[in-house]
Amino acid sequence: MNWQEIETLPRCGLESIQLRRLQALVYRIYDKVPPYRAKMDAAGVQPQDIQSLADLRKLPFTTKDDLRDNYPFGLFATPMEEVIRVHASSGTTGKSTVVGYTQADIALWASVMARCLTMAGVTRGDMVHNAYGYGLFTGGLGAHYGIEALGATVIPVSGGNSRRQVMIMRDFGSTVLLSTPSYALNLADAMADAGVTPDDFQLRVGIHGAEPWSENMREEVERKLGIKAVDIYGLSEIIGPGVAMECLQTERGMHILEDNFLPEIVDPDTLEPLPYGETGELVFTTLTKEAFPLIRYRTKDISRLFCEPCACGRTLVRMEKVTGRTDDMLIIRGVNVFPSQVEHVLMGVEGVEPHYQIEVSREGSLDVMSVLVEISENIFSDEIKVLEQLSRKIRAELKDMLGITAKIKLVEPRSIQRSEGKAQRVIDRRKI
Amino acid sequence: MRVEQIAVFLENKSGRLAEITRVLAENNINIRALSVADTADFGILRLIVDKVDLAKDVLRKGGFTVGKTNVVAVEVPDRTGGLASVLEVVTEAEINVEYMYAFVNKSGSDAVLIFRFEEMDKAIDVLQEKGFTLLTGAQICSL
Repeated sequence: MNWQEIETLPRCGLESIQLRRLQALVYRIYDKVPPYRAKMDAAGVQPQDIQSLADLRKLPFTTKDDLRDNYPFGLFATPMEEVIRVHASSGTTGKSTVVGYTQADIALWASVMARCLTMAGVTRGDMVHNAYGYGLFTGGLGAHYGIEALGATVIPVSGGNSRRQVMIMRDFGSTVLLSTPSYALNLADAMADAGVTPDDFQLRVGIHGAEPWSENMREEVERKLGIKAVDIYGLSEIIGPGVAMECLQTERGMHILEDNFLPEIVDPDTLEPLPYGETGELVFTTLTKEAFPLIRYRTKDISRLFCEPCACGRTLVRMEKVTGRTDDMLIIRGVNVFPSQVEHVLMGVEGVEPHYQIEVSREGSLDVMSVLVEISENIFSDEIKVLEQLSRKIRAELKDMLGITAKIKLVEPRSIQRSEGKAQRVIDRRKI
Repeated sequence: MRVEQIAVFLENKSGRLAEITRVLAENNINIRALSVADTADFGILRLIVDKVDLAKDVLRKGGFTVGKTNVVAVEVPDRTGGLASVLEVVTEAEINVEYMYAFVNKSGSDAVLIFRFEEMDKAIDVLQEKGFTLLTGAQICSL
């Protein structure tokens, strides 16, 4: 069956494929992944209990803590010699979430990414400017292999050096831009600085993901770059980019490639599955991955699912743009940041008080993170240079851990508001 | 021959300096000399007052971060070249000045230079050797 057939199947046809794959997956992980078997045994569910898609709810959830507890390879379902690539996200307190891929997983990833690109009208002959970061982050390489699988031309430019990127986009005749939405706006500013306009480029479409963005931001990207901008969704734990994508005709939501990634929406408090149309936490089960399958993985992303047919003809269920998180993770310039990581760094600096606050704002098109640190008498000095050294040290250590530069603001004691219960560590002033 | 100075951390927001001076006034503490050093993000207020320990106490109770440091007060005639003559001596001795500020004595004939040196003892020795008048805290307060 080709992509087009799968993506336009009647729901019942798709659901029978999903069920077959789910059953095979559950038998396989019960057999190959001891932590999963232990959880299933504890929940009193056996592989043969999965007789319909509705039985999915009998399976236990998987959370980021499960990934952390089994760091680095404890949830892999294949021997390491079959794993041909690993990626990792920045985790809390220095421990990353590690994901692995077999040869078949890499081929699957390329194919789901190619299908996503197709939804945005990308074809052979397109010149695709891939400005997602390359490296342990899944964005760059995930998109890269999808572009190649599709047969389009990839420019593996990665992030940074906007002026040079603008020159390449113009000289190479880039037709498609892949980047975070905030970086797209950054490139638009670089174009303006270079005195060029969208008319000097052949850009047609922008595929933007890896951070939350609003409809207003979409309009801004479209206007400033003279393109159609579409949303893409993915996360390393599930596969990377290529989990869901907006088509050019959609009026609402991204098509989930649900022949591979089975979605649910659950109530984040009761964990009960919610019907289509209701808002809750997005949960995925990977139906076809070999090395790192996940059962009912709680993404912490808040969304909704819709299943009405789309004008493009696809019958795949659609997910709304992610509107928030059920945990305290921040996404700053595409990088996942947990307040606990910031806290870990601060507590490691001698004399620093446990009172801090993270402020996030957007200056121009870029996210800016400021960390407010209360200054205590044991680190206070009457010399400016001593306090400035302290700021620099905190900044350098945060950069080391998170990979992004934060502004450090030293503030007076007790100036950060104390709360009765859970401290309010984050003030997010970004208008998404 | 050291003078006690208190330093207060100041966030760059309006009303903080006013708050400090209000707390001092309410406790009958007299400011003899002061300077504010500021950066884009914060400032440090340095004060010489008549009741050092009380000042430190009440400011701390008022929620401020307060430090106490020692500085050197040099009295020079209030005329051209007064400061230059002191700096010439410390430069000669290769002593770094961390910061300084100055005020003119009420009588109009002398100026007082407040220094924070990197090597405080060495600076005191050198200055005394060269015949400069160093003031104590009590002397400053009685000026």
